Amino acid sequence: MSAHAHPTVKTFFAVWITLLILTAVTVGVATLDLGPFNAVVALAIATTKALLVLLFFMELRYSSAMTKMVVVAALFFLCLLVGLTLSDYMTRGWSSYVNPFR
Amino acid sequence: MPDSTPAVHNLKHHFADLEQQKDSSTFAMWLFLVTEIMFFGGLFAAYLIYRLYYFNAWVAGSQTMEIKLGAINTAVLICSSLTMVLAVHSAKLGNRKLTSLFLILTLVLGFTFLGVKAVEYHGHWEHHEVPGANFHFEHEGNFDPNQVQIFFSLYFAMTGMHAFHMIIGGGLLLWLLISNLRGRFSTEYNTPVEMVGLYWHFVDLVWIYLFPLLYLISHHHNG
Amino acid sequence: METTNLSTEKKTNYLNADYSIKSWLLTTDHKRIGLLYLASITVFFLLGGIFAMLIRLELLTPAGDLVLADTYNKLFTMHGVVMIFLFLIPSVPAVLGNFLVPLMIGAKDLAMPKLNLASWYIFIVGAGFILYAILTGGLDTGWTFYTPYATTYSNTNVVSAALGVFITGFSSIFTGLNIIVTVHKMRAPGLTWRRLPLFIWAHYAASVIMVLGTPVLAITIVLVALERLFHFGIFDARLGGDPLLFQHLFWFYSHPAVYIMVLPGMGIISEIIACFARKRPFGYDFVAMSSIAIAVLGFLVWAHHMYVAGISTYAAMIFSLLTFFVAIPSAVKVFNWTATLYKGSITFASPLLYVFAYIGLFMVGGLTGVFLAAVGIDLHVTDTYFVVAHFHYVMVGASVTAFLAGMHFWWPKITGKMYPEFAAKISGLLVFCGFNLTFFPQFLLGYLGMPRRYHAYPPEFQVLNVLSTAGASILAIGFLLPMLYFAWSLRYGKDAGPNPFNAAGLEWQTASPPPTYNFEETPVVTWEAYNYDEIDSPQKGVEVAG
Ligand SMILES: [Cu+2]
Repeated sequence: MSAHAHPTVKTFFAVWITLLILTAVTVGVATLDLGPFNAVVALAIATTKALLVLLFFMELRYSSAMTKMVVVAALFFLCLLVGLTLSDYMTRGWSSYVNPFR
Repeated sequence: MPDSTPAVHNLKHHFADLEQQKDSSTFAMWLFLVTEIMFFGGLFAAYLIYRLYYFNAWVAGSQTMEIKLGAINTAVLICSSLTMVLAVHSAKLGNRKLTSLFLILTLVLGFTFLGVKAVEYHGHWEHHEVPGANFHFEHEGNFDPNQVQIFFSLYFAMTGMHAFHMIIGGGLLLWLLISNLRGRFSTEYNTPVEMVGLYWHFVDLVWIYLFPLLYLISHHHNG
Repeated sequence: METTNLSTEKKTNYLNADYSIKSWLLTTDHKRIGLLYLASITVFFLLGGIFAMLIRLELLTPAGDLVLADTYNKLFTMHGVVMIFLFLIPSVPAVLGNFLVPLMIGAKDLAMPKLNLASWYIFIVGAGFILYAILTGGLDTGWTFYTPYATTYSNTNVVSAALGVFITGFSSIFTGLNIIVTVHKMRAPGLTWRRLPLFIWAHYAASVIMVLGTPVLAITIVLVALERLFHFGIFDARLGGDPLLFQHLFWFYSHPAVYIMVLPGMGIISEIIACFARKRPFGYDFVAMSSIAIAVLGFLVWAHHMYVAGISTYAAMIFSLLTFFVAIPSAVKVFNWTATLYKGSITFASPLLYVFAYIGLFMVGGLTGVFLAAVGIDLHVTDTYFVVAHFHYVMVGASVTAFLAGMHFWWPKITGKMYPEFAAKISGLLVFCGFNLTFFPQFLLGYLGMPRRYHAYPPEFQVLNVLSTAGASILAIGFLLPMLYFAWSLRYGKDAGPNPFNAAGLEWQTASPPPTYNFEETPVVTWEAYNYDEIDSPQKGVEVAG
């Protein structure tokens, strides 16, 4: 585990430029009317940027499998929090009784 | 503090070697970032639910955001992540001067971000968009203005928590800078720089999502 | 094997290394920090106990004659807040976990000793805010801080109490984080994951919950405070917010929090049963994995607290089903414990007596939990004493009994002194009988329809309430007695020697009390966990120090 490969300064600058370009792209796309796809594209770009930061700036790419698992586990539990909460909110309209919140 | 033997000096008694010590710190930092993910996760969950329920109000609220300022701030944070990564890199090479330089640059960029954020907050205050008694929202859409107030509540909670993390990050950078000027770091021992780096990038990560969610994705819908 | 070892008498250990107050308040020794926690939570246990006794006294008679309704609201709230956040959450992990995790894995300390000390100070600061709220008029929201009452209507010091809970949350996060990192990075050479004591597995699982769950509670409390101070409206139905969102976020932490309170205790039970049955726990892998399974499944069930609150029926069905699943790993533990006892060479020592009490009480608590998981029964008994009895069986009957079992088992290790065995058995009996007399009538009361959180009740409920109050008095004696004889043993107790129970486990292979850095030499582990066969075999006795 000691002899990690490390990203070079060149990689850092490449990631940086890519992040800035992606920011410009996502702002540009926001001015177009894509309907529901505005959200999809913006979040896809955000996730790409997040992955770049995680993998290269935070060196997750060069980290141990355990660290990678920790990150994946965190995202898994985050999905549980959001997903199971939504399982309530998304199905409230299905019931026949009057939903006071709706 | 004897500079000649930093490796021995920096090894805490309960570790076998510096590698074990560093591995432990790194692992602990990632676990801490897990807690941060869950912390912001609660806010993201609330955001998603209310966006689904009050979509029109969300669009109206989102359209009051200054995309230009948001984009500038995103760029500023990305640049600060670069300088942070370079600070870590220089610290690992043992280049004290460059480390200080990049730490200062990161600090300056961090404060730039907070300054721009303050300008935005001021604008919201002027436009009566801060939740509470002062809140007032004019619109033609078919929804309750209170729903826009919830948008702004979440906007302030999310960006406020983010800004709070930035301020803490600023404090940590200052501490690193002072330690670095005192010659605490070397090629063998630079873990604190690396740990603060992880934290700083995480704060950047949160903003990478906040920017599209609050500023961009509802920009083009009509409420 | 009652060997009193004279040579340990003169040795410096973590207790006699330095007597100054400063050396305690600035210590980074996990053993001393464990004792700092022990002292603090004992105080809070007594405080919470006083509130409990006042509640039981009020309920002695049907009329609300001892305290006003408002005061009663404050009493049960403060009882809950103090007992949960200031006693149960830190009880096992921050005291016994803190003390034993490094010892059990052959490490000199936790991975981050300074963070460990910091987490105690954070705990004290948080407790300070909660005490401040109590002293400035109390808190009446219930320990759950439900909105909109907590955000809009309550006239008590909600913000200070909430801030206190928020701060103590970070103490718990840091303890959990420290334990996880320690288990990963600090194990002695040869101590593989499958050689770890089940105590460690249980603490690892509980720590995962602390790290994943507590931050969600933290942000929820921040939102409550923002709502109360600045009228944010996120949980305020008048402003279009949804009070149920608060409950979702709150229970996302607070259901798994039950496992923070229960899992470490389960680890204690596994250790004690193995020792006094002289056997490797039946199905080691299953018991270890059931801890992890409980931690993960525990995050999938939270809305079972909200069946009547207005969540969708479909979500209620999903959460009901998922809740049933948690019963599986819990049952795996109980079956494996009893299977371990089966045909074991059992020594009827007082820690084991507490363990028997634990198994009985946990079964009742766990099984009534399965009743409550079913939506139909829950609709019938929600917010009645049935629920109160259920969670007390789990959180007091199981968690506190396990804590006491562990305190007895490791007291000789912590202090180097034996507690008086007879007194320990008496108090174990008092706890078991007193507990059942207190809380079993509450199942009946709840089933008959007595709602919780009222200071008065119809006269036909009086007999059962009197029984309950009588039981509470016995229980109180059962809890006070150990405090007395533990204190007594410090001075008059027999010297324990390094390993009075002839137990397996690294913590028993160093002196009692252990030296500051735990082991003279870092142990190298070449044997499996719970090698009681080898320890007890007359030909090939494994080297046990002392
Ligand atoms: Cu629950």
